[in-house]
Amino acid sequence: MRIGCPYCGERWNDEFVVLGDADAMMKHPAEATFALFYDYVYLRDNPAGRHRELWYHQGGCRQWLVVTRDTLTHAVHGVETARCAAQDIEAAS
Amino acid sequence: MHYSLWSVLREGLSGGKGWTPAWRDPEPKAEYDAIIVGGGGHGLASAYYLAKEHGLTNIAVIEKGYIGSGNVGRNTTIIRSNYLLPGNIPFYEHSLKLWEGLEQDFNYNAMVSQRGVINLFHSDSDRDRYVRRGNAMMFEGVKAEYLDREGVRSFAPFLDFDNARFPIHGGLLQRRGGTVRHDAVAWGYARGADQRGVDILQNTEVTGIKVEHGKAVGVETSRGFIRSRKIGLACAGNSSRVAAMAGLRLPIESHVLQAFVSEGVKPLINQVILYGAGHFYISQSDKGGLVFGGDIDGYNTYAQRGNLYTIEDVFEAGMAMWPGLGRLRMLRQWGGIMDMSMDGSPIIGLTPIDGLYVNCGWCYGGFKATPASGWCFAHTIARNEPHQLNAAYRLDRFATGHLIDERGTGAQPNQH
Repeated sequence: MRIGCPYCGERWNDEFVVLGDADAMMKHPAEATFALFYDYVYLRDNPAGRHRELWYHQGGCRQWLVVTRDTLTHAVHGVETARCAAQDIEAAS
Repeated sequence: MHYSLWSVLREGLSGGKGWTPAWRDPEPKAEYDAIIVGGGGHGLASAYYLAKEHGLTNIAVIEKGYIGSGNVGRNTTIIRSNYLLPGNIPFYEHSLKLWEGLEQDFNYNAMVSQRGVINLFHSDSDRDRYVRRGNAMMFEGVKAEYLDREGVRSFAPFLDFDNARFPIHGGLLQRRGGTVRHDAVAWGYARGADQRGVDILQNTEVTGIKVEHGKAVGVETSRGFIRSRKIGLACAGNSSRVAAMAGLRLPIESHVLQAFVSEGVKPLINQVILYGAGHFYISQSDKGGLVFGGDIDGYNTYAQRGNLYTIEDVFEAGMAMWPGLGRLRMLRQWGGIMDMSMDGSPIIGLTPIDGLYVNCGWCYGGFKATPASGWCFAHTIARNEPHQLNAAYRLDRFATGHLIDERGTGAQPNQH
């Protein structure tokens, strides 16, 4: 599996560390209710198909990235920096 | 047909013409008393114990492929009960006790081999950790033995005892641990369940779960709608996908775990040996191949294949523990999809939907748990409440904070 880093180009995924579901972990709910916190920490959609996830390019530029990847085929459909993704999420909310 | 020495002799002399299929291939009925979704080890064991222990015989096991095509045929076949935490030890010990009587119980040769499991330790703190685990086991009545360096050497003289970075100081031995022929577990449970009237519906995919007024009423399948007021999900790596059909989100991520087999050699390693400094476990199959594995790849996936860097990592750990391994060639490698839970422990219990039960979150440990998982899940489904042994494995423990985090890594499924 190879990931196209916006700074470093296409690299093997052993240069990266994966954290998990970006949509679940980049949400910042307006109020921290117990139910929302439980949801944020524990529950995941875990889809079979396209999945947006947080990867850290530890062996390269050390940037956090949001990688859109297919969990059935391992094909990478898009990579953006987490900073850009966070701005998009903020603009949408 | 009952399997025995006499049946083997009789059929051997008559050209094997009397053997009958081990289970039927029935048409689905319109309604069952209980449905188990998933025809793997856990699903088949659940159906078996529902029929045997709880007298429910109008049961269907619905499997999208053929039975045993998932993780029950893809693991490294190890059984043991050397756990640390109170929620885990009694459950896994119950499982080991069921393994010990399993072949007589379901009249099928599962080749249960209690050859002993040794966990190695490599430093003083590592030793203290394993002594603590051994003590925790003995508190629950499970025998554990402390081995010093020479004790380990008497079992496995070929290990790298003087490794410069991770010398072997000793090990924790559980003699009752061992290995089992994994496919035979699925077949034995399938046959046993079928003999008690359970319908095993292979190549039948569940495409929807029907819920009315908060109660489960049946499943949509590729062979039509089947009614049932009790539906148990035992879908391993696909648990999240199936639970989503009922609108449930689970504290589960699906990850790939790879396993490996070397070329066949004469008897070389008589126990199951687990490396303490990395993550590596190895045993020898009855065919002679060394069977071993290590960590998951670490990213969400439903593809039953992994990456080379994980293979490299597993082999590095193997070579550090046992340099002679490098003289063998690897024959096969494969991947299975693990339902990694948020605390590394399984979930067997009720859901917010009446009549819908889940059995998932097995992480690496699903195979050894097969009998107890089925036994507890059957109890939970039949009585609509968990047995004492799986009471700690409830789904809502994540919301109430009663986690069972054996490895202590928190809500990071890829770290367990």
